[in-house]
Amino acid sequence: MLYESPNTLPEAVNLLAKAKGNAYVLAGGSDLLVRMKGGYIEPDLVVDIKRIKSMSTIKKTPEGFVIGGAVSCANIGEHTALRKAWPGVVEAANLIGSDQIQGRCTIVGNLCNASPAADSVPALIAAGATALIEGPRGEREVAVEKIAKAPGVTTLKKGEIVAAIQLPAKQRRSADAYLRFTPRTEMDIAVVSAAVHLTLGAKSVIEDARVSLGAVAAKALLVKPAAKAIIGTTLDDEALQKLSAACAAACSPINDKRGTVAFRTKVAQVLARRAALLAYERAGGKK
Amino acid sequence: MNAETKLGKREFRSVGTRPVRPDGVDKVTGRARYGADFDMPGQLVARVLRSPHAHATIKKIDTSAAEKLPGVKAVITSKDLPDLTDGDEELGAILENCMARKKAYYDGHAVAAVAAVDAKTARAAIKLIKVDYTVHKHVTDVDRAADPKAPLVMKGCITQGIDPAPKKASNIAKQSEFGHGDVGKGFKKADHIVERNFRTEQTHQGYIEPHACVASISPDGTGEMWVCTQGHFVFRQQCAALLGLDMAKLRVTSSEIGGGFGGKTHLWLEPVAMALSRKANLPVKLVMTRDEVFRASGPTSATSIDIKIGITNDGTITAGEATLRYASGPWPGSWALLGAMTAFACYDLENVKTTGQEILVNRPKTTAYRAPSAPMAAFAVESVLDELAGKIDMDPVQLRIKNAASEGTRSSYGPVYGPIGIGPTLEAAASHPHMKAKLKKNQGRGMACGFWFNFGGQSCTNLNIDIDGSVTLTVGTIDVGGARASLSLVVAEELGIDYEQVKTIVGDTSTLGYNEMTDGSRGTFASSMSAIMSARQVIDIMRARAADMWGIPPEDVEWQDGHAHASGKSKKNLPPLSIADIASRAAKTGGPIAGHTELNADGAGVSFATHICDVEVDPETGLTRVIRYTVIQDAGKAVHPTYVEGQFQGGATQGIGWALNEEYIYGEDGRLQNPGFLDYRIPVCSDLPMIDTQILEIPNPNHPYGIRGVGETSIVPPLAAIGNAVSNAVGVRMTHIPMSPPRILDALENAEQEG
Amino acid sequence: MSVLVNSTINGDPIQFSCEADETLMDALRDRVGLKGVKEGCGTGDCGACSIRLDGALVCSCLVLGAEAQGRTVDTVEGMSDGAKLHVLQEKFLEHAALQCGICTPGFLVAAQALLEKNPTPTEEEIRYGLAGNLCRCTGYDKIVRAVQDAAKTMNRKAKKKVSKS
Repeated sequence: MLYESPNTLPEAVNLLAKAKGNAYVLAGGSDLLVRMKGGYIEPDLVVDIKRIKSMSTIKKTPEGFVIGGAVSCANIGEHTALRKAWPGVVEAANLIGSDQIQGRCTIVGNLCNASPAADSVPALIAAGATALIEGPRGEREVAVEKIAKAPGVTTLKKGEIVAAIQLPAKQRRSADAYLRFTPRTEMDIAVVSAAVHLTLGAKSVIEDARVSLGAVAAKALLVKPAAKAIIGTTLDDEALQKLSAACAAACSPINDKRGTVAFRTKVAQVLARRAALLAYERAGGKK
Repeated sequence: MNAETKLGKREFRSVGTRPVRPDGVDKVTGRARYGADFDMPGQLVARVLRSPHAHATIKKIDTSAAEKLPGVKAVITSKDLPDLTDGDEELGAILENCMARKKAYYDGHAVAAVAAVDAKTARAAIKLIKVDYTVHKHVTDVDRAADPKAPLVMKGCITQGIDPAPKKASNIAKQSEFGHGDVGKGFKKADHIVERNFRTEQTHQGYIEPHACVASISPDGTGEMWVCTQGHFVFRQQCAALLGLDMAKLRVTSSEIGGGFGGKTHLWLEPVAMALSRKANLPVKLVMTRDEVFRASGPTSATSIDIKIGITNDGTITAGEATLRYASGPWPGSWALLGAMTAFACYDLENVKTTGQEILVNRPKTTAYRAPSAPMAAFAVESVLDELAGKIDMDPVQLRIKNAASEGTRSSYGPVYGPIGIGPTLEAAASHPHMKAKLKKNQGRGMACGFWFNFGGQSCTNLNIDIDGSVTLTVGTIDVGGARASLSLVVAEELGIDYEQVKTIVGDTSTLGYNEMTDGSRGTFASSMSAIMSARQVIDIMRARAADMWGIPPEDVEWQDGHAHASGKSKKNLPPLSIADIASRAAKTGGPIAGHTELNADGAGVSFATHICDVEVDPETGLTRVIRYTVIQDAGKAVHPTYVEGQFQGGATQGIGWALNEEYIYGEDGRLQNPGFLDYRIPVCSDLPMIDTQILEIPNPNHPYGIRGVGETSIVPPLAAIGNAVSNAVGVRMTHIPMSPPRILDALENAEQEG
Repeated sequence: MSVLVNSTINGDPIQFSCEADETLMDALRDRVGLKGVKEGCGTGDCGACSIRLDGALVCSCLVLGAEAQGRTVDTVEGMSDGAKLHVLQEKFLEHAALQCGICTPGFLVAAQALLEKNPTPTEEEIRYGLAGNLCRCTGYDKIVRAVQDAAKTMNRKAKKKVSKS
């Protein structure tokens, strides 16, 4: 195996584009090294992107935030402005593994690992985040929900790197929330998860919403009917019921060691309701 | 043993204090050497190839490509471990488990091993070994295995313990029965009977340190091994037998042990490392990965228990009956037997009958896990008792007090009890503030009792008086969690000196006579008994030496507060002699001063505990959190109370993990789905509250200081205590451990549907 | 392929070589000889191999040895000040916060990182802060108490220092 740690993004792209055999990006390493240890992958090339300065910062811009691909989740948690604007995204990033894992892992890694149970992905989807992709043919920007294709498979092409995640600026009277279900309080993988972002208008009526569910399908879902169920409401019981029903309809989970179809479908509804209520409260909604 | 101590009245000066342990600094500075921390010069690194199949015949193993890989020094299969067990069933099972012979019996069963110059080469070589399997039908579930139509795990397995022996082979390998009275008559007298089936899933001890050893076997038949183990003497004996070595020529040194809880009482990889070393004629280091620990060491049994208990309206148990099926892996053990013995041991019953069945399954070979087999049986019994208490509207603690065993009770497994602690732990629970604390919505409180036998066994210690007056105690029973501190306290107590003057170490197999493993909560009980006897010998020697120095008769020398005192007619003006005074003159008064003891520590005395637990259940997700926990247990005499509390807390926490989340999950393909700490969920720090403890001291009459073992009993009650608490929180009786969120949610839904 | 790595380990400049795909945990244990870095799982699930990498608390099993180039690494072996134990080490001994002790180095490193970030943690903050470290012996009770006591002692010492200066 060859280990490279380039100092610039073009160098990294170049290394990956020219690589023969199995090439992997090392962002945080918390998934990559586990797969190497288990013998599931045998990389010929590992490109460590953590020495690329432009990828290691969080920038606040008029359009929102640009989170570099090598920024650790611990650093995300320490960013006050980001925490204030996108508490759901930050909480999701700070639920991955433990403090030790968060000292290493990145939301880009979480995204590109393409696990349907990734914690930060539903929160990013609900937030309307986009991925800035750098590749041999230049730059492109894609909605985060379009990155994962199936478990462990992404839509990225050879040589492409997710350079950063862009989050929109926080709008007035808007907020997000992310909740997941795990049997343990920490050090666990989401059995099912839900993220909700909503914006309130006059009289605390929901003007806009995005709802995302994790671990209920082959990838994290943007559930448009669920958003529709609560737009135009003040999140009354009827709206919450419709939200539940829309979420249940969107679920197509599997039975596995972490949960059953019935359990995931049921708890997805519970979490979606709770996340919606939390986001509503954070946005200043009053019933 | 002749007890010379006035029970419960003795004043102690060292025993009962809480000093820093002698091995402590090494452990907080990273200096302590555990299994994988040791290297021998020129050592090779070994890896093991394991079966991916739950049940398969090994048709052919081709190791030629692996052998040719540069850097590979030895490749072995079962052919390199010829069967020398001479029909010994236990050893035969160990051998077959260490390295599959004709068949692989579970996912993870070792089939070949490699030793190479480094780990990378060993890993590469493993991939070059080709194994040709014929895959057979398998069975991993305990109830499915007990079904007569199930695939046979062991061909021709006829149930032992039944007369006349059955003609047809089955997976029920052994049956054992305990009890007395007539349960049929007893049930007729009952006003209420509850009959249920309870299931518990397989759990692992979950020690953080994987199995590790370094073995060096020379062509002249001598050898050495460094290993993390709960019993290096047992390991030596079994390894020597399996490899055909003279025991005296194999020296085994125990490393610091990173947790065992029963799992390191058994050989898993040590004979493999030795066979590789013998073949390569170089030292070999073999360390399991975590995945291998889960797949191929010895978890506890999965169980299915049918239970029936009857009571009268005034709360008297009229009869208890249970059939306990315990999965034992591919080879029979004594796990169901222990379940059948312990199930009703807390109670004074007129009519009781238990039947234990060892069920063979295509899972790893079951081994001991802290009070092995007792927690599952207690889960069934204690759950039903709570349900019965509800039927007659009696407080569950009072129901148990009414039926508790006491001194003179004939136990459900046979012997008559001496002074025991079940009654006092229950009384302490009844008056504990925890019992009266208010509960909030979705919260519930449960309690349960637990029993464990405890064990003593063969022990051997040396006590050396060094010429500066410091004292070395050498024991051969492994210290798994602070025993060296306790034993130093005991020696300080007996000699009348300061704790700091005593250093306790664990000797290797060539320095002492045979010692049993650290199991059955015997470590402190047995070693302290032996240490006290050694100290008394040393006192006698030092009295004689002092007499010699003073020129007075030895009977005129008394030993007090760490000094020899002249007494009687000889008293005169002789100032007392310290140990240092006597030791510094040893060369002139007869040579080194040492005591040594070899004994069979009988009379360990049984152990009881009562636990109280509060939980909060989220009725929408089934998530359960333990919010308060209290352990009350009899310690006989707590030598180092902080470490006694630690045992109580640790056992309770393992039980909490078992009750709520821990389980082996097998797929339809017979493969273990969760061989890692991510999906085998042992409790993390944020899952738990503080674990409160109350130590009761009901002296064990068979030990000079009244000590009882304390290590195991604390894992027995939690399954039932939490089950009862969940039941009280949400109104459904949980019958399947772990009570994971999906199971609780299912139970709630079923209860709702049943209305 | 082998790589040559220069890093500052426990304050000292150290050079080691390791395979490109070798973890920092293996390199620290087998190349540098720091056996206080323990392997409990090798997959970041137990925290026994916890170290500080440029100050950040990480599992060294999830770091490549090569990544340590030019960075600082701190392990349990560097915690004490010569013969003077760190307050956390003293408090772990005093409270018997270890039984078998295999998890202890990782807990100490994690607790040190926790108290640097938050010198006055609540019990809950300690429990969540140490949730990446598994202990199978103690039930965590005495570990939490030791960290609480260490925090108190360290804050008292810090106050004394401030009032003196």
